[in-house]
Amino acid sequence: MFTIISRIFHFGFKNFWRNGWLSTATIAVMTLAAIGFLGLIIFGVVTRSAASAIQDKIDISVYFNTNTSEDEILNIQQSLEGLSQVASVDYISQDQALATFQQNHANDPTVSQAINELDTNPLEASLNVKAKDPSEYGAINDYLSSPDLAPYIDTISYAQNQDVINRLAAIVRDVNIGGWILTVFLALVAGLVMFNTIRLAIYSNREEIGVMRVVGASNSLVRGPFVVEGMLWGLIAALISLIVFAPILYFVSPYLNEFIPGLNIFQYFYMHIVQLFVYELLFGVVIGGLSSFWAVRRYLKN
Amino acid sequence: MIVFQGVSKHYTGHGVALEDVNFQIDPGEFVSLAGRSGAGKSTIIKLLIGEEKPSKGRVFFGQYEVNKLEDNELPAFRRHIGVVFQDFRLLPTKTAYENVAFALEVAGRPQREIAELVPQVLDMVGLGDKMKNFPNELSGGERQRVAIARAMIHRPEVVIADEPTGNLDPFHTFEIIKLLEKINQLGTTVVLATHDKEVINNLEKRVITLDKGRLIRDEKKGKYILV
Repeated sequence: MFTIISRIFHFGFKNFWRNGWLSTATIAVMTLAAIGFLGLIIFGVVTRSAASAIQDKIDISVYFNTNTSEDEILNIQQSLEGLSQVASVDYISQDQALATFQQNHANDPTVSQAINELDTNPLEASLNVKAKDPSEYGAINDYLSSPDLAPYIDTISYAQNQDVINRLAAIVRDVNIGGWILTVFLALVAGLVMFNTIRLAIYSNREEIGVMRVVGASNSLVRGPFVVEGMLWGLIAALISLIVFAPILYFVSPYLNEFIPGLNIFQYFYMHIVQLFVYELLFGVVIGGLSSFWAVRRYLKN
Repeated sequence: MIVFQGVSKHYTGHGVALEDVNFQIDPGEFVSLAGRSGAGKSTIIKLLIGEEKPSKGRVFFGQYEVNKLEDNELPAFRRHIGVVFQDFRLLPTKTAYENVAFALEVAGRPQREIAELVPQVLDMVGLGDKMKNFPNELSGGERQRVAIARAMIHRPEVVIADEPTGNLDPFHTFEIIKLLEKINQLGTTVVLATHDKEVINNLEKRVITLDKGRLIRDEKKGKYILV
């Protein structure tokens, strides 16, 4: 058993080396497919962060009547945080609201003067609510609109921004779904390209397979070396694709950053390189190995 | 040890390849299968190594009933046989040494034994100095000698040669036939399919003659006669 396995690997490595041109051509095509696959992962990261950048901009603000006490507001904050749809709730007190307002209008003497002439703080305290999913703002709004809370609340921003929020939520959803469909579809294409490349490579070896059979090689000894070869192709294609991808991302990263602030795709690549390599390896080695396994099958009759 | 019992082979759309063929080959015999191209020689060999199944009849090899073997039983069965083909069928990416060693490797023999045996057999066929050459670096006669070395290295009970000299000039033909006789003298049964009149007449051994898929003659010390 051990002899057979060690021979399978030995033959696999040797064939890989001696079929130099075939290996080179196969690896070249598989590398392209692997780059496509890697591109899809990165594309997924970009769309997700684009979607979450939009999502971050969506929130609803609840403004409280000035006579509502801070304790009551904090109670409401707590109850909001208890809702399953809510991601976070920020409390902005009257004083904070005033400070922000003054800061924003520091260059506008008329406005600051007008504020200073008032005895009381006219700005209302508010709660800033972010939902886990943009489609859930409706439910949060319903909760806030209940009669129990009506005495404390002056306005809820949702009513004013409902259209925009819904449209943004739809965009986030579409980008996510579209990204997935594209990823699955293109990953399938990349996988098929790999499979066919390997099938052709093995087709060119069909006579050899026949010879091995006539000499009395068992199916596993005929097939094994090809599977090892296929896995090697996948491994090398995975490595090359990562090496090729790094400089491309390095140059593209600043441009992407302009579109989607806060997204540093090269840094993401660098931080996740091990994880990406594992994905690539799984993609290449599994498809390489399985393709060989299947492609040899048809030549194992007789 | 080899028995063909009422064997027929029909190809759909291509007519009859063999019709009711009966013969028996005993251990240690040297038997030539004679006949024109298309007489059925190659079909007999394909049936014998289980590459094809008969339409009718039974094929026995030792304790095996070849026509009943499943795909996964064929490899082990074929290790009892050594086969030599007209087109050599060497593995192009392996050296002469590795091609011969392969027949032992598939049988799971230990490396030590392989390293000892292969050079011996290659020496015997006169290729001791070309062990590291790839098939495309060898002449036709040399390639066929590698194929013979591969066919006999695992000490099979039978060596089958299907037109082994078909691609060779008279000088190399003579060499190859001498080798087959030598293998036979060492106790191995040899089945030689050929349409080469010269070869058969010089051998003076048993000849089974086929014509249009029928066995027309089976003689102990035969000549190549087609009438």
